[in-house]
Amino acid sequence: MTEATSFPMANGLSEHAAGAGTPPRGGRAWKFGDHVDTDAIIPARHCNTADPRALAAHCMEDADPGFAAAVRPGDVIVGGVNFGCGSSREVAPIAIKAAGVSAVIAASFARIFFRNAINLGLPILECPAAAAAIDAGHIVEVTPATGAIFDRTTGETYQAEPFPDFLMQIIAAGGLLNYAQARLTERR
Amino acid sequence: MGQNIAEKILAAHAGRVSVRPGEFLNASVDLVLASELSGVVALREFERIEGARIFDPDKVVFVFDHFTPNKDIASAEIVRECRAFALRTGIRYYDVGRAGIQHVLLPEQGLVSPGDIVAGADSHTCTYGALGAFGTGVGSTDAAVAMALGELWLRVPESIKVVYHGHLRPWVTAKDVIIHTIGILGVDGARYQAIEFAGEAIQAIDMAGRLTMANMAIEAGAKTGLIAPDDITRAFVEKAGGRLDRLYASDPDAEYARVIDVDVSDLEPMVAIPYLPENAREASTLGDVTIDQVVIGMCTNGNLADLRQAAAVLAGHKVHPRVRTIIIPGSQAVYLAALREGLIETFVEANCVVSTPTCGPCLGGHMGVLASGERCVSTSNRNFHGRMGHIDSQVYLASPAVAAAAAIAGRIVPPDAIDMVDETAFVAAKEPRHD
Repeated sequence: MTEATSFPMANGLSEHAAGAGTPPRGGRAWKFGDHVDTDAIIPARHCNTADPRALAAHCMEDADPGFAAAVRPGDVIVGGVNFGCGSSREVAPIAIKAAGVSAVIAASFARIFFRNAINLGLPILECPAAAAAIDAGHIVEVTPATGAIFDRTTGETYQAEPFPDFLMQIIAAGGLLNYAQARLTERR
Repeated sequence: MGQNIAEKILAAHAGRVSVRPGEFLNASVDLVLASELSGVVALREFERIEGARIFDPDKVVFVFDHFTPNKDIASAEIVRECRAFALRTGIRYYDVGRAGIQHVLLPEQGLVSPGDIVAGADSHTCTYGALGAFGTGVGSTDAAVAMALGELWLRVPESIKVVYHGHLRPWVTAKDVIIHTIGILGVDGARYQAIEFAGEAIQAIDMAGRLTMANMAIEAGAKTGLIAPDDITRAFVEKAGGRLDRLYASDPDAEYARVIDVDVSDLEPMVAIPYLPENAREASTLGDVTIDQVVIGMCTNGNLADLRQAAAVLAGHKVHPRVRTIIIPGSQAVYLAALREGLIETFVEANCVVSTPTCGPCLGGHMGVLASGERCVSTSNRNFHGRMGHIDSQVYLASPAVAAAAAIAGRIVPPDAIDMVDETAFVAAKEPRHD
């Protein structure tokens, strides 16, 4: 049994995109356009809480009001350029993660959203070709550790930009908090 | 190889002689900042770090400004949690009555100095670039870790240098310059990069105007928007009580990803139309865009010079009967100075309301939320779908002068379309004053 099949996968996905000892994850693609801002991801009127479940209930509300009710665990968000632009609100990636989204694929990410996703361990994949070609409803599998993207609906595969080693350390630690914990221990 | 300002500041905070774009490093920070909304997430993350203590309570500041005075019970609970954390840990915090909007308050209080790195859990932390400080917006977990370790991970950005030439015409302000600039760069034109604002036209802009320009660097995707410290910076920082021991300037042979020259001599009053800040248009060309609300102030244009600009247009006029006009001074000190100068009286006589300092309406929080189909001219920095309220409302971004003119006319017009009662008030506002 491979490591990939030892993990339960949403929607009975194949092992196609597996690699580097981490299982693929995925589900249906939800397609959005360019410059999806954090007000669209989680409107400020719902930011008077830090409870992930409460935030998830309004995830993507101003971009697609039906999203929060219909999204299933494992589903994938596909955006265009500059995904997550606007405010620094970390509740944006928190809401996406709490909604069960397994990864965000985009042509490019706005910088604060990018660092928040790395820090929180929300898998993000920067891949213009995949972002352009994957349509709403396609079944998509991603392997965050390798950047492999597989569109099961079309059979196409894509490779996202690899992360620099520095960021891989944060990702491998399980997020910035664990990374910081190790640095704090190191200092003492 | 020469270094630019951004590289010099980052090198100095990473114990390095020099750094190159693309490198990752852990930089020490001089100030960690959060609002109540980002702070509550940050403090909960901080408390998950085993054995963590605040690295330096004088270098961590919470400013309760987004949904304050508390707009609802949920907001009140968040502020209470942040306040209790501040009292328990001894960090600085600014509450209603002493607070202001972060990016007006901190420079005014001398909490930001040239050469600093400020990690702010608010995207408009880039405002401090106006002082020659590397202010950059980060997330709440970043802030939590910076509170514990006094450091922030950063990728050294490439820099874009924008060199401004010429002289601004009457009624053309720093806000018009930055809207024009974002129109050139695009909303992701400086993504992952730093912007350096330079040239003789920048040197002629007062500190309030510089703060406006740097504030909107993030609207081009930038990490920060820096202006080299000069006499205007020195005078401002000295008065505020900040430090002047780290004034960095770019070397003549510093490297840039792009250098853009902009002649501002023919620039007209600008407006960024929905739904992106890059949609820069000349105010005179918009035709008959009727409006329902005007908001003047906030973090982008909430300094005294900004309010003077608006008052110069509004003096002797009444706001159009169909328009609500909300004035938001950026801090208690700005409010008091505006009161003493008679600006508040001018606003009230013109049928504006004057609010306590708050971010409220800019993000559709409170104090001026828009209904569906409503249109607002705002001196804030974002005009995304639904930014100030209903998803089908619209925001047009403009200077205080253009916003004030729109308030009177009931539609978007350039300021010189309004008969001025007291044009000298605006001339005074254009002098490099530092109060």
